[in-house]
Amino acid sequence: MSAGSEFALELRDVRKSFGKTEIIRGASLQVRPGERVAVIGPNGAGKSTLFNLVSGRFGSTSGDILLAGRKIDGLKPYEINRLGLARSFQVSNLFTRLTVFENLRCAVLWSLGYRYSFWKFLADARDANDRAEEVMEMIKLHKRRDVQAMNLTYAEQRALEIGITIAGGAQVILLDEPTAGMSKSETARFVNLIREVTVGKTLLTVEHDMGVVFGLADKIAVLVYGEVIAFDTPERVRANERVQEAYLGSVLAEQQAQQAAGAH
Amino acid sequence: MHHPGKVYRFRPYNVGRWVVWGLYAIVMLVAPLLFTSSLSLTMLSQMGIAIIACLAFNMLLGQGGMLSFGHAVYSGLGSFFAIHTLNMVSAGTLALPVSLVPVVGGLAGMAVSILLGYVTTKKAGTPFAMITLGVGELVWAMSLMFPGFFGGEGGISGNRVAGEPFLGITFGPQIQLYYLIAIYTFVCTAAMFAFTRTPLGRMLNAVRDNPERVEFVGYNTQIVRYIAFIASGFFMGISGGLAALNFEIVTAEVVSAVRSGAFLLFTFLGGAVFFFGPIIGAILMVLALVLLSELTQAWLLYLGLVFTFMVMYAPGGISSLIMMNLRVAAFGKLRPLLASYLALAGTGFVILAGSGAMIEMLYHLQLNQALGPELKFMGASLNAKDLDSWFGAAFVLAIGVALFEMTRRQFVREWGETQEWIEKEIKRREAAL
Repeated sequence: MSAGSEFALELRDVRKSFGKTEIIRGASLQVRPGERVAVIGPNGAGKSTLFNLVSGRFGSTSGDILLAGRKIDGLKPYEINRLGLARSFQVSNLFTRLTVFENLRCAVLWSLGYRYSFWKFLADARDANDRAEEVMEMIKLHKRRDVQAMNLTYAEQRALEIGITIAGGAQVILLDEPTAGMSKSETARFVNLIREVTVGKTLLTVEHDMGVVFGLADKIAVLVYGEVIAFDTPERVRANERVQEAYLGSVLAEQQAQQAAGAH
Repeated sequence: MHHPGKVYRFRPYNVGRWVVWGLYAIVMLVAPLLFTSSLSLTMLSQMGIAIIACLAFNMLLGQGGMLSFGHAVYSGLGSFFAIHTLNMVSAGTLALPVSLVPVVGGLAGMAVSILLGYVTTKKAGTPFAMITLGVGELVWAMSLMFPGFFGGEGGISGNRVAGEPFLGITFGPQIQLYYLIAIYTFVCTAAMFAFTRTPLGRMLNAVRDNPERVEFVGYNTQIVRYIAFIASGFFMGISGGLAALNFEIVTAEVVSAVRSGAFLLFTFLGGAVFFFGPIIGAILMVLALVLLSELTQAWLLYLGLVFTFMVMYAPGGISSLIMMNLRVAAFGKLRPLLASYLALAGTGFVILAGSGAMIEMLYHLQLNQALGPELKFMGASLNAKDLDSWFGAAFVLAIGVALFEMTRRQFVREWGETQEWIEKEIKRREAAL
């Protein structure tokens, strides 16, 4: 964008402490525009915390976070969002009493310049209504248009969660465990959906399912104890000894063991 | 581009809405012709004033999820600014038509809420409620400290027949003022309804539901709350300005916590979930404050009981009860429930008779000693010092409670079955799409 950085998102030695405990210990990452990055790591590695720092939910203790070359650490979530970064949440975070359509419309209003206007009618906001309808079809909830978000099924809520995230047209999308709690078939459907709705965007996603990770990501960032210990293509990350040692070896072994157990 | 399965296309004209608004206008137009006594005219005027206030209060409570304990500050200060303006018009120092005095009240309410709302809306939820309580106490304390502006115990009085009459309208007769109030009520209701259809109005709902997520779709929740608060303050001020014209006297109690509590209580009773709920609440407020308080000394007790039951059993207020039954009616299932409703009403009345008799006797003993132990209640003669009356009342109450509980259980079962049927029917229709 403005500074014309070659990176859509860049983290430079980002640190975050809660009290005396340092959760993020100098994480660095350089994501190019259009890349799909899966952030993996053991529980408690700080994946969600990292997303919270990037999206402005928490302030970082030190280090720089740059969005398209522009420093965004210390900004409020809404300021970061206006600069073109949107995120979803691990636990669905919807406008519970509003309908599917209204949820999506709320998510597009700022990006289309409606700001705090109370001198225009929503009914006349053609572009916002059209965009909300469009996203609703993308996430396949058009048949549930007038259902309140709290009355949706779990999978529908997860879809709406992603719909709200992408609706504003942000260039950088962070998805925090988008497939958490879903069945195998739902997960497969969801991976396709995520791929469809994030075409041309820079995508960062926290994911536990290794099948999803290797299927969706161009690059994998491995976060262990608040540090990015590897950031590379899936093949190279898989072969990386340090990763094997710290994390992936055990996870893969576990999943293979599970599959083996399931086969019997 | 348009999906064949899509059923909804946006409809710019909504016939039902025109009918509802037309009826609203007609009711206000015709009401004083049907209820012609001076008492009913006074009450109708007060209802209009209360409707604006409760709707404005609900911009925060129902639409923004902000519970204000001190909202009388904005209507009350609007009243004071309006009455001072009126007195300037009377004195000839200000050439302003009397019909525009309420607008001055509105602007005052707005200015005050720009000032105080900035602090208040920095927080949401419980801290917000606490700050409104504090601000309310602050202004109440100030009203005693500045008798020049607030008029001390006697308040500030004025005369609404001031300045040049316009087309012979002086606002001297109550009926003329009533129609002024009616016009303001209609316009303010329309404006507040329109507000709910704007981007800001919708984002206010989003802030109510999930302030955190709002921050991640680009909006500063604090600004959303602040603007809504100012808009609410403006309409509260208009209501206060109309009250100043109506009563021609403004005393410090208009900014009191009691008044704030009344807005909260009746808005809630009417129902904060639906836009029209506070209108019902406002009508009830005037009926309770004017009629019920005449009927019985224990009216606050009855009001408290009703409020408690409402919070416990129907937190959506009367408007949500209406809407739930309209839904049942829309599915053609209301008729079977009518018998239960009649039974509930009948047994409820028996409870009211029994408990009412006891409450009235108690009040009579405490407050009306000098009048002797005899009193009239619902046409029956009771003797507050006679055990027969107490036993009789207790007996009626016990019977009422037993019968009511029986019908209530029956009703709950029927209601549950009806709702289940409707849910299934909705699913079936959805699947058929």
